[in-house]
Amino acid sequence: MVIRNKLRVAILFMALSCHAGAQDVDVAVASNFAAIMQDIKGRFEKNSPYQVRLSFGSSGKIFAQIQHGAPFDMFLSADQAKPEALEELGLGVKGSRFTYAVGGLALWSSETGITPTDLEAMLKGAKMNKLALANPKLAPYGVAAAQVLEQLDIKALTEPNWVMGENIAQTYQFVATGNAKLGFVALSQVLQDNKVKTGSAWIIPQTLYYPIRQQAVLLQRGRENMAANALLNYLKSAEAREIITSYGYTTE
Amino acid sequence: MLSETDLGAIWLTLRLATTVTLLLLLIGTPIAWWLARTHSWLKGPVSAIVALPLVLPPTVLGFYLLIAMGPQGMIGQLTQELGLGLLPFTFWGLVVASVFYSMPFVVQPIQNAMENLGNRPLEVAATLRAGPWDRFFTVVIPITKPGFVTASILGFAHTVGEFGVVLMIGGNIPGQTRVVSVQIYDHVEALEYTQAHTLAATMVIFSFAVLLAMYVFQRNKPVWGIK
Repeated sequence: MVIRNKLRVAILFMALSCHAGAQDVDVAVASNFAAIMQDIKGRFEKNSPYQVRLSFGSSGKIFAQIQHGAPFDMFLSADQAKPEALEELGLGVKGSRFTYAVGGLALWSSETGITPTDLEAMLKGAKMNKLALANPKLAPYGVAAAQVLEQLDIKALTEPNWVMGENIAQTYQFVATGNAKLGFVALSQVLQDNKVKTGSAWIIPQTLYYPIRQQAVLLQRGRENMAANALLNYLKSAEAREIITSYGYTTE
Repeated sequence: MLSETDLGAIWLTLRLATTVTLLLLLIGTPIAWWLARTHSWLKGPVSAIVALPLVLPPTVLGFYLLIAMGPQGMIGQLTQELGLGLLPFTFWGLVVASVFYSMPFVVQPIQNAMENLGNRPLEVAATLRAGPWDRFFTVVIPITKPGFVTASILGFAHTVGEFGVVLMIGGNIPGQTRVVSVQIYDHVEALEYTQAHTLAATMVIFSFAVLLAMYVFQRNKPVWGIK
């Protein structure tokens, strides 16, 4: 009798652990979305039976890892190109790709009390020791910053002052520590409840650069995963969109 | 095979590593000598500070250097007072950072060689009326030469392989701060795997050659440097 009970408990545990395994989703997330995704994960887990495991990194690194068999069910990229490429390579599930957030760009200084007009004038006159931007070769926000400089016809003028961060977080750091007077950073880094958190910022008009579309894609490993599909749908929900916009992004 | 920017990065890296190695031999030798001879209670703390870069993640070191060399930082205010401007994003900023970062790799081999030397050769030289400087240059340096060679090679190689610190304070400026490791990283991140492979292979071969040279040299020269 005792043995039979023990067996029953063991089988129950095994069933439970199998069940738990099926309810997990592994998500690779671009670093610039890390804080927001933590928040979204918390809300999502509260109202669902599923567990979310997050891994952060640069989109380029995650892309390379997925190509080499990294165990992820879903990928939230900082751009559109990498999810597209994964879809074409057959590593992403066709038709699952969508824009989860659209990023904005700001010209930011850690000094307080500079008006947006003055910031714009400083930029146009190249009146700064260093101008920080994310490396246009690597980061979508760097591409956008380069577009702004080109549109304003001051790329050649400012180029001697450029210092490039390998991602937008590092670019922010260069300006926050005062080593660069001005820098192009993500709106989400400096804005909270539509107010500039610290320092001074000029919100770059959308007419000067192409929208920074951050796309997500379901990966082959997560195709049949209930948790992955549920999270994908949650990201499109009004509740998730509200979280995303509260961090300074827009949604489509 | 290698593009012009790749070659530029290689040249910059060699220039940086050479400058840093020479500076470290100048700064590290007195520190190693003092550490090898002293009985002061400061020996422990100083050894710990010298060895700190072995333990700290390079990004931590880089982040603190970025703050310290910034306009509000201690080093930054000093360099501004001296009219040198700010160090981050410049070649000399990388030199200063690398001197900190590669310090243990230069100090420790020299210190070990000097500790192995002991008092005896110096006492003998003193009875032959050799002054302190004379003893240092004609006795200590020749005998501890293998330690200096190891220190130079390790200091040089470690600076060539430096990445995290440069990433934090470099700003990726061609000809100034875009060294080989950063260039490889850029290639990988931009999914330019062929260029990344070429440059990385060059670096692997170079590093292997340097280390091989060191081990061959050490095998041929015994510790006491007897010809």
